[in-house]
Amino acid sequence: MSSETGPHETVSDENLPAEQGAEPGTAAEKANGNPFADPGLPPHDDRIQDIDERAAKRSERTVALLFVVSMLATIGFIASYVIIPVEQYVYLFPLGHISALNFALGMTLGVALFCIGAGAVHWSRTLMSGHEMVQDRYPIGAEEDTKSAALAAFGDGARDSQLGRRKLIRNTMFGALALVPLSGVVLLRDLGPLPEEKLRHTMWERGLRLINENTMEPLRPEDIVVGSLSFAMPEGLEPEGHDFHTEIAKAALMLVRLEPEDIKDPQELDWSYEGIVAYSKICTHVGCPVSLYEQQTHHVLCPCHQSTFDLADGARVIFGPAGHPLPQLRIGVDDEGYLMALGDFAEPVGPSFWERG
Amino acid sequence: MSNTEHNPRPRAKAPAGERVADWADGRLGIYGAAKKNLRKVFPDHWSFLLGEIALYSFVIILLTGVYLTLFFKPSMAEVHYHGSYVPMQGVVMSEAYASTLDISFDVRGGLLMRQIHHWAALIFLVSMFVHMLRVFFTGAFRKPRELNWLFGFLLLVLGMFTGFTGYSLPDDLLSGTGLRFVQGAVLSVPVIGTYLAMFLYGGEFPGTDIIPRLFAVHVLLLPGLMLGLVVAHLILVFYHKHTQYPGPGRTNKNVVGFPLMPVYMAKAGGFFFLVFGVIAAISAVFQINPVWVIGPYRPDQVSTNAQPDWYMGFSEGLIRIMPGWEWVIPTGHTINFGVFVPLMVFPLVLAVMALYPFFESWVTKDKREHHLLDRPRNAPTRTGIGAAWISWYFVMLVGGGNDLWAIFFDMSINAITWFARIGFFAVPILTFLITRRICLGLQRRDRDKVLHGRETGIIKRLPHGEFVEVHEPLPQDQLHLLTQHDQPKPAELPPPTDGHGVRRKVGPVEKLRVRINRGYYGPKAQIPKPTVREYEEITSGHGHH
Amino acid sequence: MKKLSARRRHPLAAIVVLIFALAATGGLYAAFAPAGEAQAGETAAAQSLAIEEGKKLYAVGCSSCHGTGGQGTSDGPSLVGVGAAAVDFQVGTGRMPMQAPGAQAPEKPRMYSQAEIDQMAAYIASLGPGPAIPTEEQYGTEDLSGEEIAEGGVLFRTNCAQCHNFTGEGGALTRGKYAPDLTDVDAKYIYEALQTGPQNMPSFPDTVMPEKEKRQIIAYLHQVNSSDAKTPGGFKLGGYGPVAEGLFAWVIGLPILVGVTVWVAARNAKARKS
Repeated sequence: MSSETGPHETVSDENLPAEQGAEPGTAAEKANGNPFADPGLPPHDDRIQDIDERAAKRSERTVALLFVVSMLATIGFIASYVIIPVEQYVYLFPLGHISALNFALGMTLGVALFCIGAGAVHWSRTLMSGHEMVQDRYPIGAEEDTKSAALAAFGDGARDSQLGRRKLIRNTMFGALALVPLSGVVLLRDLGPLPEEKLRHTMWERGLRLINENTMEPLRPEDIVVGSLSFAMPEGLEPEGHDFHTEIAKAALMLVRLEPEDIKDPQELDWSYEGIVAYSKICTHVGCPVSLYEQQTHHVLCPCHQSTFDLADGARVIFGPAGHPLPQLRIGVDDEGYLMALGDFAEPVGPSFWERG
Repeated sequence: MSNTEHNPRPRAKAPAGERVADWADGRLGIYGAAKKNLRKVFPDHWSFLLGEIALYSFVIILLTGVYLTLFFKPSMAEVHYHGSYVPMQGVVMSEAYASTLDISFDVRGGLLMRQIHHWAALIFLVSMFVHMLRVFFTGAFRKPRELNWLFGFLLLVLGMFTGFTGYSLPDDLLSGTGLRFVQGAVLSVPVIGTYLAMFLYGGEFPGTDIIPRLFAVHVLLLPGLMLGLVVAHLILVFYHKHTQYPGPGRTNKNVVGFPLMPVYMAKAGGFFFLVFGVIAAISAVFQINPVWVIGPYRPDQVSTNAQPDWYMGFSEGLIRIMPGWEWVIPTGHTINFGVFVPLMVFPLVLAVMALYPFFESWVTKDKREHHLLDRPRNAPTRTGIGAAWISWYFVMLVGGGNDLWAIFFDMSINAITWFARIGFFAVPILTFLITRRICLGLQRRDRDKVLHGRETGIIKRLPHGEFVEVHEPLPQDQLHLLTQHDQPKPAELPPPTDGHGVRRKVGPVEKLRVRINRGYYGPKAQIPKPTVREYEEITSGHGHH
Repeated sequence: MKKLSARRRHPLAAIVVLIFALAATGGLYAAFAPAGEAQAGETAAAQSLAIEEGKKLYAVGCSSCHGTGGQGTSDGPSLVGVGAAAVDFQVGTGRMPMQAPGAQAPEKPRMYSQAEIDQMAAYIASLGPGPAIPTEEQYGTEDLSGEEIAEGGVLFRTNCAQCHNFTGEGGALTRGKYAPDLTDVDAKYIYEALQTGPQNMPSFPDTVMPEKEKRQIIAYLHQVNSSDAKTPGGFKLGGYGPVAEGLFAWVIGLPILVGVTVWVAARNAKARKS
C-alpha cells in the first residue's frame, strides 16, 4: 500500500496541502483501500546544494565560470572579426578547406550563447528552488451565470442596434461589405499579361540556324557524331540580352545523332536531318531541362522527376510522370551547310496546360 | 515584463526598481498581471521543450533574416559578377544571386548569418514537426486545445511556405528549378492555370518579377502572419495552462511543476541561448546551401539532385511517383493529372493531420476537458493512425529522394519509384495494423505488471523443487500510473425500436461513427485494465507467482 | 548495346573494318613519316612492337567479350574505331576488364600498368582511327584565368551537371545506371571521357566542345570538387544538396537539441545519502 509520506522531514509544507486537496476523490479512495489510488506527489527530496553549502558554492562557481567563458567567447568573436581576413581559408580535418572567419565567428558565437544558456539552466537546476508546486486548474468554459449575463448583454446590444428590425439597413450593409473587396481583386489584374498565345510559340522559325551553346557558333551536321550530345539555341538569342531567360526557357534544344535505321518513329525520321534529331530540352512534365542522355539506350531522363523519354521513338514517355512526348523541332540545312530550323515547334513546349489541346 | 518589482528588503525610500515598476503599473497595470503570472506553474518534461526549440529557432530566423535583408538585393536584373569568388568571375547572373555571393564572400560574418538562417529554418521545421507529433501521440490536442492545434498546424504550413520562398530567393540553379516546377504545377490547374501562371510570374517564366514578389512574401507577409500566430499560440498555452503527463499527484484538475519566476525564466530563457548556441556552432562547422557552386539560374541548365529542402520533400515525392496521366477531354482541353493530382494530394496529406482532432472528437463524442496526457499505448487506434501518417510521409520522402536512394543503396531508380507507388497505399495500412498491435501488447504488459508485479530477474527455488522468478509488487505510484487512464465503453447503435415499439431511424453517418468508435474502444482495441477486485484476488490469494 | 553489336556482325562489317584498318595504317604512316628518317624508323618499330604486345594482352584480357579481333560479341561492343583514348580511360580507371555483368562497369583499382595500357591502346588504335590519348597540353589547366575557369563552370552546368550534379558528385540514371562521382578524377580521364563518351555517357567531340572548353571544365571541376576545393561554410555533407542537409537536421541537429532538452528538464541529483 501507500508508502505514506516517507522518512523525510524536508517535505515542503507549502506543497502538501494543495496537492492533497487537489483531488478530492483521492482521500476517499484511499480510505476505501483502493490500491490504484493516486498516492499524491512523492515527498520532496533535497538536492546536494540544498543541504551542503559547499556544493552550492561549487554550483555558483560553475555558473559564474560559464558566464565568464561566454564573455571571453564574445571577445573572441570580436577579435576574430577584426583580425581574420574574410578571404582566409584553413584546412581543418575532416571539414576540408573552410573559411577561417566563418569557423571562428560561428564557434565563438556558439560558445558565447551556449554558455549563457548553460549557466542559466545550471543555476536554475542546482540553486533555484527545487520544490515542485501545484496549482489548480479551472474549467475554460464559463459558468452558467456568466454565460447568461454575456448573452443578455449581447441581446441588449443587438436590440439597441435595431439590426434585426431594419432589414433594409442590414441587407444593404452586407451588400456593400461584400462588394468592396472586389476593388482589391480587380487591382490584381495587372500582376501579369493574359496568356493569349504566348505558351504556344517559341523563338524558332524557318531559317534560324542552330547555335551551339558551348561555342556560340552555328552547328554543321558533321559536327554532330553518333553518341554525342549537344545543346543549341536559336540564332539571334544573346545570353546577355533582356529576354534571354524567357526565350531560352522555351527554345532550348537538345541535339543527338542516331543511326537513321535506329529511328522507330517515321515522323521523327522525317523531321531529322541525316539522323540528327532536335528535341525540346524542356520537360513536358513541369519544365525542367531534361538532358540526362544515355547514348547507348537513347533514353533521356529528367533529373527532377525521372520522366524518361525514348529519343529513338519520337521521344515517347517510357517512365515517370510526364504526360506526353518531348516536342521535336524539324531541322534541315541551309545553303551554307549549317543546320537550321524548318519552322517553330509544331506543339507547345514544356508543361501542358488547359488550353493545350 | 520587468523582473525587478519583487524586492523584499524594506527601505525608507522605495528602491529604483520598484519606482520604475510603479510608474509602469500606473500606465500598464503590470502588478495585476505579475501577481497572476509570475509564479505560474509549468510542468517539467523534455518533450515539452520541443515546441520551444521551434519558437527559438523562429526568433533566430527573424534576427538573422533582418541582417540578411540589409545586404540582399531582390532583383532579377542581369549583372556580371566581379566579387571575390574566383570560379564565378564574369558570369552573368541576377542581382539576387550576385548579392547572395557578396553576403557569402565579401560581407564579414555574412556567410555565418546565411548559414544560421538556413540551418535554423531546417531545424525550425524539424522541431515543429516533432512537436506536432508529440502533441498528437499524447492526445494534447483534445478539448480545450483544438484551436491551438490548428494555430500550430497553420504555423507548420506557413513555415513550409516561408522556407520555400526563402530557398527561392538566391535565384540559384537549384531554387530556380523549384520555381520552374511551381510554374508547371500552376499551369496544370484546369481552366485558370495559364492565367494564374501569368499573374504569378508577371508573364512568361521566369520573367523578372518573381524574385521581388517572393521577397515581399518571404520577409513581410508570411513572417508577419507567423508572428501573429506564434503570439496567439503562446497566449493560448498560457491561458489553458500546460498539459502534464499522468503520475502521482498529477490530476486533470491541477498542474504540477516549477514557477515561471525564477525557474522557468532561467530554464526557458537559458534554453533560447542553448538552441542559438547549438545552431551557431552547427553553422560554423557544416556548410549549407552553397549557392556559389550551384550556379546562377538559367532555364536551360539543371543539376541532378534537384530537390527542395526537406519539409517540401514529401511533395517532391508525390510528384515523382505519380504516373504520367494526361487526358485531352472532349472539349479539346487538356487535364494534366500527372501534375494536378499531386498538387491536390499535397494539401490533403497535411489536412489529414489538421482535422484529426475534430475527427476524433466526433467519433468519441468526448466533451470533457483533457489536461492529463495519454500514454500513446492507451490510445492504440490514434497511435496507429499517427504512425501510419508518419510512414506515409516517409514513403513520400523516399520517393522525393529516389535518386539518392538509388545511388546509396545501389538500386534502380525505377524500382524505388515503384516501391513508393505501391508503398503509398500499402505502407500506412501495414504500419497502422502493426502499431496498434504493439500498443495492445504494451497494454497487456502493463496489465501483467499491475497484477503480477515487476520481473526482478531473481530465480527462486521452491521447497518442492520448482523454479520461479520472483515478481516484486509495484509501488503504488506505478500502480496508479498504469491504471489511471480512462477506458471508455464503445458506442453502440441504439436498439432498433424505441420503448414504444416504433422503429428508430439511424442515419448512415451515425452508423459509420459507431463503427469507427468501436475501432477505438471496442474489445479488440483495448485490453481491459485490471480492476481492484482482480488485483486483490491475485495479491491476497496464492501470493505472487 | 545488343543492337549495336548485332549491327557490327553485319556481313559488311568486315569490309568496313578493313577500310578502317587501311585508313589507320595510312594515318599512322602519315603521322610518323614526316619525322626525321632514322627517328621515324625507330618510332615505327617501337610502335609496331607496342601493337604486338598490346595484341597479346588484348587476347588474354579482353577478347572473350570484345572478340579476338576487337570486332565485338554479344557480351561486349566492337572496339574498332574507339581509339586509344577510350582504352586508356576504360582500362586506366579500372572499368575494364569488367568483373561481373551489371547495369554498368564500375570504377575499380586498375589491373594493368600504364605501359601495358599504352600497348593495348596502341593495338586498339591500330584497328581503326579514333581519338588518341590526350597529351598534357590538351588537358593541362595552368594557363587559364579566373574568368575562363568561371566559363568552365557555365559549360559544366550546361553539359555535365544534369547527370553528375552541380559539383560533380554523381547521380542516378535509369535502371541502376549512374553518372559517377568526379571527385579527384585525373584531368586526363575527364578529358578522355568527354572525348569518347564511355558507356552511356554521350561524347562531346571537339566539334561541339573544343579542346579549350574541356580544359575549362576540368579546371572548374578542380576548383569545386577535389581535395583542394574550398568549402567555405564548413563540412560539405557530400555536396548532394538539400536532401543531405535535411537528413543532417534530423539525425544530428535534432538529437543534439533533444539531448539539451533532456538536460534542461531533468531533475537534479538528489542528496539521498544524507
